[in-house]
Amino acid sequence: MSNLAVLPIIIPLISGIILAFFHNKVGISRWLSKIFILINLGVASYIAWIVFNNGALILETGGWEAPYGIILVADPLAVTLVLTTNIIATACAFYAPYSMDVKQETHYFYAFFFLLIAGVSGAFITGDLFNLYVFFEVLLMASYALIVLGGGKVQLRESIKYVLINLFSSVLFVTAIAFLYSVVGTVNMAQIAERVQDVDQKGVLTTIAVLLFFVFATKAALFPLYYWMPKSYVVPNPVISALFGALLTKVGVYSILRVFSLIFIYKLDLTHHAFIWIAGLSMIFGIIGALSTSNIKLIIAYNIVPAIGFIMMGIGVFNQDAISGSIYYLVHDMIIKCALFLLVGAVAYVAGTSDLRKFSGLIHYYPLLGWLLFVSAFVLAGIPPFSGFIGKLLLLKGSLSANEVAIVILALLSSLLILYSIMKIFINGFWGEKDESLITEKKSTKGLVGPIVFLLAFSVILGLGAEFIYPSIESISTYLLDPEVYMESVLKE
Amino acid sequence: MYKPNDLILRTTTSVIAFILLGFAVYLLLAGHNSPGGGFVGGLMTASAIVLMYMSYGMEAVKKILPINFRTLIPIGLLIAVSTGIGSFVFNVPFLSHTFGHFTLPILGEVELATAMLFDMGVYVTVLGVTMTIILTIANDR
Repeated sequence: MSNLAVLPIIIPLISGIILAFFHNKVGISRWLSKIFILINLGVASYIAWIVFNNGALILETGGWEAPYGIILVADPLAVTLVLTTNIIATACAFYAPYSMDVKQETHYFYAFFFLLIAGVSGAFITGDLFNLYVFFEVLLMASYALIVLGGGKVQLRESIKYVLINLFSSVLFVTAIAFLYSVVGTVNMAQIAERVQDVDQKGVLTTIAVLLFFVFATKAALFPLYYWMPKSYVVPNPVISALFGALLTKVGVYSILRVFSLIFIYKLDLTHHAFIWIAGLSMIFGIIGALSTSNIKLIIAYNIVPAIGFIMMGIGVFNQDAISGSIYYLVHDMIIKCALFLLVGAVAYVAGTSDLRKFSGLIHYYPLLGWLLFVSAFVLAGIPPFSGFIGKLLLLKGSLSANEVAIVILALLSSLLILYSIMKIFINGFWGEKDESLITEKKSTKGLVGPIVFLLAFSVILGLGAEFIYPSIESISTYLLDPEVYMESVLKE
Repeated sequence: MYKPNDLILRTTTSVIAFILLGFAVYLLLAGHNSPGGGFVGGLMTASAIVLMYMSYGMEAVKKILPINFRTLIPIGLLIAVSTGIGSFVFNVPFLSHTFGHFTLPILGEVELATAMLFDMGVYVTVLGVTMTIILTIANDR
């Protein structure tokens, strides 16, 4: 029994409720949101420290024993992702006051922000498939509200698509859980894993696995199911885009990682081999999208798709190195996507447009923004001193040892094109002649740069400090490759 | 000007609304041992209030029920969450509930459970959400 495991869910939930009372007082909301998010960051780091030292925290809520009650499992993978979520949320909470309209802030922005964080943390920590669905809905409900916040015409159009596709996949999620429940008779993930193991994943279970994969792939925006994502992620405010880009699709890919490393692991040639193909196609189509547009926000949004492809590649290959690479890349990508969304938000704000053809020479007026973009392009593409490199290196090493040469070549080529797609913003927007119209209305970037530097610092630490971080990532992948540990720690046999 | 005479509607409403409210409280309290609970109780209360809005109009009901239904949502959530938080104080797993037998005046011995407080939170939240949705759409300009 340890109530610590529920704190990352309950603190943002209470914060959201309290901030709903103060929605009209912007000054108080801003201060309270910063204080609450820092408390939550502190608590999450403390829990991560405890879990990495003493092993997973299991909380049987209400005192009901393992397969009967709702179990919260704060294992090393979950706490790592919760900590990353809180780092991102901290940056966004400090960026928001400088980027949102007061009108948007008074319409419950901070309340929905904290409910989103509560939903994401809950989805990472839960050990129960139906609860995972409930937390998915909590975070999706908050995201529906955030995507239309402001009520612009394009926001309304894109939110219709977003809500429809997510409702459809949620219905499929419930259906898949119903099928699974009718076959194995439980929704507790550890007990499902045990029972799937007993029957060696016979035919109908593989069908349900594919159905669940379809659901999570829609949430995670993988290859054939990503068409709803890029446009709906660029229409809201930059802070909201950053939260969506960094968190929502990653919850989907986390669910795939959890379900296909714990439950459905007995027909690798059927499911996991298909993942490698899907990963490759996601890389190709995502990068084509990123190269096809000159809208800087859309370039970043399309870059989410190949990143999810990289993580899927590791899950598909499914050996020690590849899984470590996936986890490393997942953490790295959450941080850098948030930084990039905040960065292009700031660039679009100072340039007055997000169309790349309409501005140039920004480096003369905003050198700091320019060099931050330059560094983050290197981080994203995986240039050696930074964090993207370690993740990709592990992924490639794992795939080569499994003789998946085609995906390795594809991954290397797409990294090159990812670098080009971000560098295009730097070359066309920041180089070139001074644009005289900009100097008359030089805008202050006060408050916008701090959170971006904060996030990039973590990217650099993840890259340079790989010696210190890699052992814990490796221990997570060892833990994931041996589902017995999870089952025993939850069911206590 | 055409002015409808809705005397029968208003008279029956003033009777039916109280029956509905009483039934809603019954559903809320009965939830532990028979069908009912916070959710359906909240919906029933909301339907009673909506009936009053329909027959008496906006201004009249606002005067007798000066409640901002939107603030009911966070109040209800706070009640529900704090029943879970209570477990931190008593050092038991989150969301643990307990019960006891108490002797009250008039009612005699009754069984009171803390799960009832959670249901109260659900009740208030459902009432707030339903009324906010209906009144926001009804007030559309």
